Amino acid sequence: MILTDLTIAEARNMLNAGDISSVELTEAHIRAMEATSSLNLFITETCEKALSKAKESDTQRLSGNQGKLEGIPIGVKDLFCTHGVMASAASKILTGFTPCYESTVTKNLWDAGAVMLGKTNMDEFAMGSSNETSYYGPVTNPWQRANEPKVKLVPGGSSGGSAAAVAARTVMGALGTDTGGSIRQPASFCGVVGMKPTYGRCSRWGMIAFASSLDQAGPLTRTVRDSAIMLEEMAGYDAKDSTCVDIGVPEYEASLEKDVKGVRVGVPKEYFLEGMPEEIRSIWDQGITWFKEAGAEVVDVSLPHTKYALPTYYIVAPAEASSNLARYDGVRYGIRIEGKDLQEMYENTRAEGFGREVRRRIMIGTYVLSAGYYDAYYLKAQKVRTKIAADFRNSWKTVDLLLTPTAPSAAFVQGEKMNDPIAMYLNDIFTVPASMAGLPAISVPAGLSSDGLPLGLQLIAKPFDEELLFRGAGILELAANFKEKPTLAA
Amino acid sequence: MSVDHKTIQKIAHLARIRVSAEEREELASELSNIFDWIEELDKVDTNDVDPMTSVVQASATLRKDNPNDGGYPKKITANAPEAVEHFFTVPKVVE
Amino acid sequence: MGEILKGTKDEWEVVIGLEVHAQVLAGSKLFSGATAEFGAEPNSQVSFVDAAMPGMLPVLNEESVRQAVRTGLAVNAIINLRSVFARKNYFYPDLPQGYQISQYELPIVGEGAVEIDLPDGGGKTIGIERLHLEQDAGKSLHDLHPTKSYIDLNRSGVTLMEIVSKPDMSSADEAVAYIAKLRSILRYIGACDGNMQNGSMRADVNVSVRNPGDKLGTRCEIKNVNSLRFVRQAINFEARRQIEILENGDIIDQETRLYDPDRDETRLMRSKEDAHDYRYFPDPDLLPLDLEQSYVDELKADLPELPDIRKKRFVADYGLSVYDASVLVAERDTGDYFDSVAKNRDPKQVANWITGELFGHLKKNDLTLKEAPVSAKKLGELIDLITNNTISGRTAKEVFEKMWRTGSDANEIVESEGLKQITDAGAIEIIVDKIIAENPKNADEVRGGNSKAIGWFVGQVMQATAGKANPKAVNELLRNKLKD
Ligand SMILES: [Mg+2]
Ligand SMILES: [Zn+2]
Repeated sequence: MILTDLTIAEARNMLNAGDISSVELTEAHIRAMEATSSLNLFITETCEKALSKAKESDTQRLSGNQGKLEGIPIGVKDLFCTHGVMASAASKILTGFTPCYESTVTKNLWDAGAVMLGKTNMDEFAMGSSNETSYYGPVTNPWQRANEPKVKLVPGGSSGGSAAAVAARTVMGALGTDTGGSIRQPASFCGVVGMKPTYGRCSRWGMIAFASSLDQAGPLTRTVRDSAIMLEEMAGYDAKDSTCVDIGVPEYEASLEKDVKGVRVGVPKEYFLEGMPEEIRSIWDQGITWFKEAGAEVVDVSLPHTKYALPTYYIVAPAEASSNLARYDGVRYGIRIEGKDLQEMYENTRAEGFGREVRRRIMIGTYVLSAGYYDAYYLKAQKVRTKIAADFRNSWKTVDLLLTPTAPSAAFVQGEKMNDPIAMYLNDIFTVPASMAGLPAISVPAGLSSDGLPLGLQLIAKPFDEELLFRGAGILELAANFKEKPTLAA
Repeated sequence: MSVDHKTIQKIAHLARIRVSAEEREELASELSNIFDWIEELDKVDTNDVDPMTSVVQASATLRKDNPNDGGYPKKITANAPEAVEHFFTVPKVVE
Repeated sequence: MGEILKGTKDEWEVVIGLEVHAQVLAGSKLFSGATAEFGAEPNSQVSFVDAAMPGMLPVLNEESVRQAVRTGLAVNAIINLRSVFARKNYFYPDLPQGYQISQYELPIVGEGAVEIDLPDGGGKTIGIERLHLEQDAGKSLHDLHPTKSYIDLNRSGVTLMEIVSKPDMSSADEAVAYIAKLRSILRYIGACDGNMQNGSMRADVNVSVRNPGDKLGTRCEIKNVNSLRFVRQAINFEARRQIEILENGDIIDQETRLYDPDRDETRLMRSKEDAHDYRYFPDPDLLPLDLEQSYVDELKADLPELPDIRKKRFVADYGLSVYDASVLVAERDTGDYFDSVAKNRDPKQVANWITGELFGHLKKNDLTLKEAPVSAKKLGELIDLITNNTISGRTAKEVFEKMWRTGSDANEIVESEGLKQITDAGAIEIIVDKIIAENPKNADEVRGGNSKAIGWFVGQVMQATAGKANPKAVNELLRNKLKD
């Protein structure tokens, strides 16, 4: 038995049965981290802390009141502030920043007994779709093309380190954040389950902000059940986040027991893109068939404003980011590059501290909010956003879930799109619409491309209907029976 | 829509990011491309549409007026690049 | 009604609008739980939210909202049941987030009006444009180091209300009267302590000039003026400066200026060209604020009697002059004090005691009414002793003095010092007869028609009784006895 191949649910049962200890489990994952160090999955490793927490967990278990994630080793995207461990958001500007506070989501996980192995690599400030904008260097996808094993592939982004770490068997599950697809797209690229809850389901407190109206924390795991287990512990009302919704958290794992007979699954026609790779189309068709076979009713729907979601996103998200990132000014934390006066200090610090993509987005965001452009860009985008959300609301009259591909391609080669921002942005074409409407969505590995790379399917549900989302995902998972393991996994 | 150098300079100053002449060039062309692509939105009729304020259909939550936070100046300045006696410091500002 | 200024060539009118920043009286800050108190060690009243640490989020203080709504109601304004918080983006070291959370397009309070009282006894209505909630900034200290500024964020995030007037004022007098009235209202309802010295109330003054009847001229904004005297001086200087420029044939640049009290002048801070582009947009960390009409109605029903209404009542019910009433209602405590003393007593007499003896003593000892050793109850008892002829008005002043020093009540002092006046006509008559008998010459003078000479007798009687004789009784007796 290979401990690092266990799912969270399996490990939990074995821990509860006393077959393994958390220390053993944690040590096995630490060895896996060492074995995969060339993938650059972590910004900060916290192995010693992990081992001492694992020991505590084993003791806790003896007392008989263990948490639901007691002794389970996980990774945490470096966007979350965890007490006493550097939180860099993969940016040079936050070099050395060590928060004296704990994000609500990670606190919830620690309270449930989870063990942190380290802070995973990511795109700088979550801006990117390939994990290549990290100040700490790119993450390499543990998957390789069958015919070109030497070519290094991207894991997707921005939660690329988290997705790749789960795929590479270095962690049992990982925390990611999703603003426009940053959990789902890397999940698709790495062959894991990536889940973005309804906006307002998880607290954003202590999570470094990119675009406040879109950011949501979510789990990356190897199975749908593990996703449900993790979300159940992460989610919940938090009075410290005004946008967090005070609504009960259902028992997600239990909801997996139900089937999808009679559930109406919508297929939005606008997601059929011209020039979309054939294998994406066929995996999508495959998904439709699977749902029919499971007794669901498949319905064609129209979401007419889908194609406007991405340009809308590239106004709203940079606008919010330009303001959210104003606090990185070299005064209270992070790096400072001196200048002849205060203004120069600001400009030097921010020019050197932020990487190219972050600077580009700050510039876009500053522009669309500036005098004379606000109405034409920002206000216009927020109006289009209203229409995008209305499309979805409309569709819920006839369907309960929406099925789409997660990404327009499989993982691509490192460096391929770095000089073409729009090509890079198009990665999120299928994930952004649900983000704009704040809806819960999940990516489930559905099969392999002709190159032998994983491809995901996305399900989208009504606000706060994560239960149905997990049920639908469970159906896809069962039908796809995706068991392949990446070549570079530990 | 093309974004010119002067605009880039103005935006860079608003955002307090130093840009070199070379970067200015690059940014001008990149941003021009991006805004051309964004122009797609002009096709959407948004007359009589309210702008989205939040995807959460709720109203602001209010906090009780309890002074129950603060009182840890050491933690506040612990990460500062430069701090003196719990003050942050910056190059002298002339008003 | 506005005053006309004479330049060397022309006549000019001043137009003034004010943006008053008032710190809301609340225990904690607008969006964080750190204390909003004044004065402490640097950065000790700062939460992670106030220092804009990564990942920190604002949560709105219900007391700040309540006080803004009450203030809106107190200035007869429209309360917007939906308001939105917006970010005002700019870089400054005392602004840790890189933006100030304020309200822009949808403020919590809309249009209203305030009645001001002018020194000549007249009044005027000044329009309120809006009132919004916003965060205060931290503090930059520039004189602690030769090449560095020090930043203290204790003030950062404290709740301010910005109250924006319409450009309805046309003299420094009116501007000062407006701020005084606003201050009075804020203190009445307990929304702000109105202390301009420590900055809990400060004004941005917008000044322009025009030839009478012309359209509005270009205005200049004088930032952060923190006393009524400086408001007056800044307006007067600025109006003169603008008139001089215009009369020289130049134009006014729209700019932000600073008033320098040491040199009594305003000087340029920044011109319109380098005015900030604040890039306002709705704060995505905060949802729109929705209020119930019933909540607003409850707050309205709960408001105390406001100064204008109280003033009208004092005039109508107590028959006070408008001037006395204005003086007595300016502070809520004074009005309350007057109300409680004046009940069943002569209001005019009570007003005189308060504005005379009481105010005099407060001022001399630099005390507030709350700290006064003579309570309303005690002053009432003292006045009663005059009314029921136990002591004379003159003795009462001595008694008041002793009450102030010792804190004892009037009866105790009158009793223990034997100050009771003699009202027994028989007792006084014996003394009067004795003095008339001893001074026949003076008595004849009075009888001969010199009525002034009667004063001399009164003095003698009072002296003989150590001031305790009732002067009215003495007068009557003397007049009777010395009739021809
Ligand atoms: Mg202002
Ligand atoms: Zn203001």
